[in-house]
Amino acid sequence: MYAWIFRHLPGPLWIRVLISVLLIAAAILVLMEYVFPWANRQFVPWTDSTIGMVLPR
Amino acid sequence: MPEAAQVTRTSAGAAPDRPRRRPLATAFGVFGELFLTAGAVLLLFVVWQLWWTNLDAGRTQETAVERALEGFAGTPARDAAGEPAGNPMLEGDTFAVMYVPRFGEDFARPVTAGVGLDVLNTLGIGHYPETQMPGEKGNFAVAAHRQTYGEAFREIHRLRDGDLIYVQTAKGFYTYAYRSTQIVQPSAAEVLAPVPGRPGEKPTEAVLTMTSCDPPFTTRMRIVAVSALESFTPAADGPPAAIAATVAKLQK
Repeated sequence: MYAWIFRHLPGPLWIRVLISVLLIAAAILVLMEYVFPWANRQFVPWTDSTIGMVLPR
Repeated sequence: MPEAAQVTRTSAGAAPDRPRRRPLATAFGVFGELFLTAGAVLLLFVVWQLWWTNLDAGRTQETAVERALEGFAGTPARDAAGEPAGNPMLEGDTFAVMYVPRFGEDFARPVTAGVGLDVLNTLGIGHYPETQMPGEKGNFAVAAHRQTYGEAFREIHRLRDGDLIYVQTAKGFYTYAYRSTQIVQPSAAEVLAPVPGRPGEKPTEAVLTMTSCDPPFTTRMRIVAVSALESFTPAADGPPAAIAATVAKLQK
């Protein structure tokens, strides 16, 4: 899968490596900024510090 | 994962006339790569939770402290709106700044009304709305994360006898002296009573209760640190000596 993507990127090797790095960085940023906060709200209040109440969602 | 390894090796030598692989082998290869990706994403989630959330919340909390200090020093109009004589305020309003030298030399965090995740996950320290205000007779109770989202109370277990905790509002600085720590069940709401641990009793002194999770990285129990009001310094007299440098740095 990743090999297939890499083969279909345009340009010489160094350009393809550069594009790959940028794609990975973009994927990480999207995960960090949007996906993980969303997933955390959906599933796990892991660090609940309050007492005597059910946490509002 | 042999399949995945094979895929990588094949792709490395991306020769144009490479022998075509059978569909089943390709399917296994993609499957393996998806599993590896899932593993990497889960690891990244841990990185996000333990590290990234601190960056975001750290910035938010710094800004909130600066804006609160501006508010304290600012126009009378804002004072009247920001602190109507001991009334509870709207959830999400930052009404105080907490200084705890034991937590770090320049430790200054905003204290905000409400203990919902929308407060704790951004602004850090939240005030239990049903409890009293700083300096008021009774219990000024707050909660904050021990890990993640700025981890304001990360060092809560390090409080020792004689440690002082300063709470600044528009009126001035309330100095609390640390008294004791206990570990309780998450349902132990009596620690938030005006007299901590004795619901229904009439308070004779002003205390500060700080709650967070315990053991660290879990939500099984709660750690509760109680301090008692020692003194009050009106805003006009300036900050107590112990935190004067920190306050000056924030006001810059």
